[in-house]
Amino acid sequence: MDWGGARMGLRLLVIILVVGAAAVPLAAGTWQGAIAPIDPPAPDRFDGAALQRGLQLAAIGNCMSCHTAAGGAPFAGGRPVATPYGTIYSSNITPDAQTGIGQWSEPAFRRAMRAGVGRTGQQLYPAFPYDHFTLVSDADDALLYAYLMTRRAVRSTPPANQLRFPFSVRPLLALWKLVFFKEGAYRADPTHDGQWNRGAYLANGLGHCGACHTPRNALGAEKRSARFGGGRAQGWHGYAIDSASPARVRWDRTALRAYFRDGWQTLHGDAHGPMAEVVENLSAAAAADLDAIAIYIAWTMGKRDRADSVQQASVATQSSGAVIFASACQGCHDGSRPLPFGGVRLALSTAVMDDEPTNLINVVLEGLYPRSGAAGAIMPGFASVLSDEQLRSLLSYVRLRYGQGSPWKDLEASVQSAKAQRHD
Amino acid sequence: MIELRVNGRTHRISADADTPLLYVLRDELELNAAKFGCGLGQCGACTVLVDGIASLSCVTPIVLLAGRQITTLEGLGTPQQPGPMQQAFIEEQAAQCGYCIAGMMMRAQGLLQRDLHATDADIRKELEHNLCRCGSHMRILRAVRRAAGLMLASGSTGVTAPDPAQPSAYPEVTAPPDDGMRRPAHPDLRERPQR
Repeated sequence: MDWGGARMGLRLLVIILVVGAAAVPLAAGTWQGAIAPIDPPAPDRFDGAALQRGLQLAAIGNCMSCHTAAGGAPFAGGRPVATPYGTIYSSNITPDAQTGIGQWSEPAFRRAMRAGVGRTGQQLYPAFPYDHFTLVSDADDALLYAYLMTRRAVRSTPPANQLRFPFSVRPLLALWKLVFFKEGAYRADPTHDGQWNRGAYLANGLGHCGACHTPRNALGAEKRSARFGGGRAQGWHGYAIDSASPARVRWDRTALRAYFRDGWQTLHGDAHGPMAEVVENLSAAAAADLDAIAIYIAWTMGKRDRADSVQQASVATQSSGAVIFASACQGCHDGSRPLPFGGVRLALSTAVMDDEPTNLINVVLEGLYPRSGAAGAIMPGFASVLSDEQLRSLLSYVRLRYGQGSPWKDLEASVQSAKAQRHD
Repeated sequence: MIELRVNGRTHRISADADTPLLYVLRDELELNAAKFGCGLGQCGACTVLVDGIASLSCVTPIVLLAGRQITTLEGLGTPQQPGPMQQAFIEEQAAQCGYCIAGMMMRAQGLLQRDLHATDADIRKELEHNLCRCGSHMRILRAVRRAAGLMLASGSTGVTAPDPAQPSAYPEVTAPPDDGMRRPAHPDLRERPQR
């Protein structure tokens, strides 16, 4: 997840510090002490059905993605999360007593999920999305706890966070929470049915969809007024999944359900970037839960203003972008082979329809590859052979020919920014 | 007409601008090390270096390559004087059927030119998308490690800036006169310099 402008963040922080000074007594109220350590519970304390449910829930929470370093042991942490304030390393959530959460009792785990406070009482950074996890029920927290405490314990200490002052001062997070964090479990909306509520509970809680699909303010808090209006994740644009969804063909619950299961959908294309990890995990979630999320997300997208019809603009075929497209792209993207092994028809591609070119740039430069060892479609990347100018002319051509919107503004800046992210 | 710079020599190419580099290398320049595998950029058999970076020549049209430095396996050494990457693959006998090996060597060469101290994890990650269906991966990994050792010992990755005035170190291969008959193209099996 990326968070808004750092400079503005500093200014806002100063304001908050001033406000915070007045709120110290309040902040002290939110301070919570340590919860006594326990011996790691024996795995046979938990019953098999609970573990199965816990696994399905952890898949929705996408816990493994952030809590596993590249090439590292599952849940052992150490994956760097870049933020405008520095780098945070995910924690070890295996049941190792020294370096993981082996000494955490269930109440300690529940408090971390609900209130963003670690077992010893330290404030947790919201890179751990407790602004969403606070909605998770006690019962589901218990299932997640059972699942995590029965994973293989791995002794591994993640690298220390590298955050700039004053973001490195954990107690200040109490003030951040006062301003931006609302604690409390999910409350059902009686105007909707049970399935919708289940979907809303999972998507806004454990699934933390908004962490990547909602814009953040300068201090990294999600803008509640713009929920699902599009956000950022690891150099990718998390598309708007409200009525502003840039998808050419409207998503419905059936299409979403297939996308969650397969990682691609024939009228929308393949999941890529961080969403590829999300859908890979979702394939392990309970079918009924995925149905519920699909119903809810289809509802959040609602009606839309864009036409679903697919029409291609007639454009000059003489530009350098057209020549590059014809020779490097069209062979796979001519629509003659179905997904996932043929390229998506670009007239259906959300990356091409989106208001910003970020994701298309990433895909063209890096290609799409399945996770190491997994099966999946491959698109080769073209970073080594496309000059910036060639890339820009290709992007302009694709946008003009297949995109519904206006030409992308300031492609040069977008290309440079995407390239800078790649080298981080 | 596009000018391509391959292994230090400049060639004027009359093929269409959208012709994949691989076709030009094999059909016009008779540089047959890079192989046609899938033709879709999925297998890596066609890998060459463009400005030192591994690139898939089967999906790279020559229109993108004017003025770029292209290096093929032939640019890493000759049968008489193999470069360190080639030497290492010979010493480790790292090829089984050999079809993927040119691509493996070129991608590994790109990695080592970037980082002579690449770890095993770096090598595995780099070669991940180059497929070998014989299963000679362990020997390939050993060969890349050995190549790094040879390069460190000699202080050279084996690719020096070529002098365009000098003839290629690799002997010219003259195509036989066209007798009008179609025969299977197996240019790799044409006369080779004797070792």
